Amino acid sequence: MTSLSDRARRIAGGRRETWLVPLLVVLGLLYPWYEETLQSLPLIGDFVPSTESMVVMIALTMMAVGLNVVVGYAGLLDLGYVAFYAVGAYTAGWFASQQFDQVTFHFFSSVPNDQPGIHISMWLVLVVAGLLTLFAGILIGLPTLRLRGDYLAIVTLGFGEIVPQVVRNGDNFGGFDLTHGAFGIAPIDAVGIPALGVIGLPENFQTSPNRALWYYVVAFLLLLFTVFCSVRLRDSRLGRAWIAIREDETAAAAMGVPLMRTKTWSYAIGAFFGGVAGAYYASFRGGAFPADFYFQISVFLLCMVILGGIGSIWGVLAGGMILSYLDREGLATIGSKLQDAGIDFEPTKYNAGIYGVLIVAMMLFRPAGLIPERRHKIELEEGVHDTPFYDVTTEGTLTDRDPSDD
Amino acid sequence: MSEPNNLVVATQVRKEFGGLVATDDIDFTIPRGAIVSLIGPNGAGKTTFFNQLTGVYKPTSGSIVFDGTEVTYLPPHAITKLGIGRTFQNIRLFSQMSAIENVQVGMHCRLHSGILGSIVRTRKVKREEAESRDRARELLIYCGLPRRHEERSGSLPYGDQRRLEVARALGTNPKLLLLDEPTAGMNPQETAEFTSFVSKVRDDRGLTVLLIEHDMKVVMGVSERITVLEYGAKIAEGTPAEIRTNERVIEAYLGRGATE
Repeated sequence: MTSLSDRARRIAGGRRETWLVPLLVVLGLLYPWYEETLQSLPLIGDFVPSTESMVVMIALTMMAVGLNVVVGYAGLLDLGYVAFYAVGAYTAGWFASQQFDQVTFHFFSSVPNDQPGIHISMWLVLVVAGLLTLFAGILIGLPTLRLRGDYLAIVTLGFGEIVPQVVRNGDNFGGFDLTHGAFGIAPIDAVGIPALGVIGLPENFQTSPNRALWYYVVAFLLLLFTVFCSVRLRDSRLGRAWIAIREDETAAAAMGVPLMRTKTWSYAIGAFFGGVAGAYYASFRGGAFPADFYFQISVFLLCMVILGGIGSIWGVLAGGMILSYLDREGLATIGSKLQDAGIDFEPTKYNAGIYGVLIVAMMLFRPAGLIPERRHKIELEEGVHDTPFYDVTTEGTLTDRDPSDD
Repeated sequence: MSEPNNLVVATQVRKEFGGLVATDDIDFTIPRGAIVSLIGPNGAGKTTFFNQLTGVYKPTSGSIVFDGTEVTYLPPHAITKLGIGRTFQNIRLFSQMSAIENVQVGMHCRLHSGILGSIVRTRKVKREEAESRDRARELLIYCGLPRRHEERSGSLPYGDQRRLEVARALGTNPKLLLLDEPTAGMNPQETAEFTSFVSKVRDDRGLTVLLIEHDMKVVMGVSERITVLEYGAKIAEGTPAEIRTNERVIEAYLGRGATE
């Protein structure tokens, strides 16, 4: 019976996705063009987010999709994801601003060629930011991923604090100003399409009259790319190994899955997307500021993953868009509506509390998330079979023994 | 170090958990192509020995040589890659993955798809994935699971889960197959089927098999050599006929009834 219903569900799921995906892609891409129409609708019009907000929402959702690779696929609880956002944003700062005005170097930049500093095309910066963050992910991952569960969470939390602190205090590395301290790096160059400027495409998105629109379109394509990679990886040899580790580390290792390497890759790939999103967001904001990289962002991103459905791409997209919408516009809109109705309550003041209540409510009524991943749903309902696996690099202790094995 | 006719040579393998000596300087060899059984009372250290062989535990002292390679301190995945496949006493399938996916995870170290290849889904990756699925299917059928390949492995009946564990272990393409109480919980008919299956696997695939088993019918019926452990120490070793009549083994494990 289970088998039949399982199969039926999968077939139904498959069908739903085949027509839903192209539809959502087209609708999503064209959002700026019908945004105003939506906003003029009665009742719901006021709740429709602006294109400007959508850019931020998409950047955050992209990070959530990246975090999902770590938390959802490989089952590694990461509480320091904000570190990758920071690395990405500062990479943009280093390679596309006047931060290093000792030199003047331009490479297809969107700013005048006589500006001092390193100015590399933002397109290239996105790639560099992704790769640098990937490298940071490997660096942080190698020592920490030997830990499991709560211990891993605590250490990642530590790194999530270390990176912003380094950034905040990095204005004097032996006299060298790396991060410009508490002021942050600004302005960061705009994304632009230099060579094609002649046929009406903006050379510089920031100064373009359609700034939000252009940033939105590129953000949307970046999100598509992230989702695409994430799905492809999930269904690959590596993705299988991640899920195997999530389900039973000991068995996975015994089946020839190298634990450290596989976990580190999930961490590094998750980091990659965080870095790209961070760099892009920094370009949109026009700067990277240490005050942006606080612990709450890590938790906020994790909430998106949990709210939507751990491991589920559709879920994380939904969770990411909903939470970032509430944060960016939703709560404020609700607040002003309440004001109009004569109720003196400002939800924006209580935002963290509201997200907390949301998550608690989810845990009570729909613990697998809004759009659960098939496997995770069952794991939550039936539990996983996993006993602690002592790390291959350290000596075992009494507690490592599984009494049922003897 | 290793003699060519011995696939595994374990010398003075010792494992201490705090004050407890789980395996007490065990010397142990497995001849190539043989079916060898490890028996003994509960807590004798059989599974601990297994876990040292597969790298889950590191021995406190001693050495294990597999197929001419020292594996004593290698991590489990490296040992699996060298050619040791195993099953678990308490079934440890990836229960949310399908039967096929389970076997494909077993093939992990024999496949080569990389990250970029998987994202782009190159022709090579596609072909490898298709081939691994086909091979997984064959293995499942070979192990007695003709149907329900796409089903979540956790929802399979108990006997099928045991068979799936063997299929997954065979997916690693092992030279040595370790079976940890494979017939536990099987009914007599299933047990009999499984016993002949073990011989068949050995003959078909040229494997060497090490078996932990409590069912004496299976042990005596299938193995060419038997090693008996008690309190972490080896107390006897020999052919089934020798073990059956060994006084110490009867005392420690078999009981008087087994001699008649």
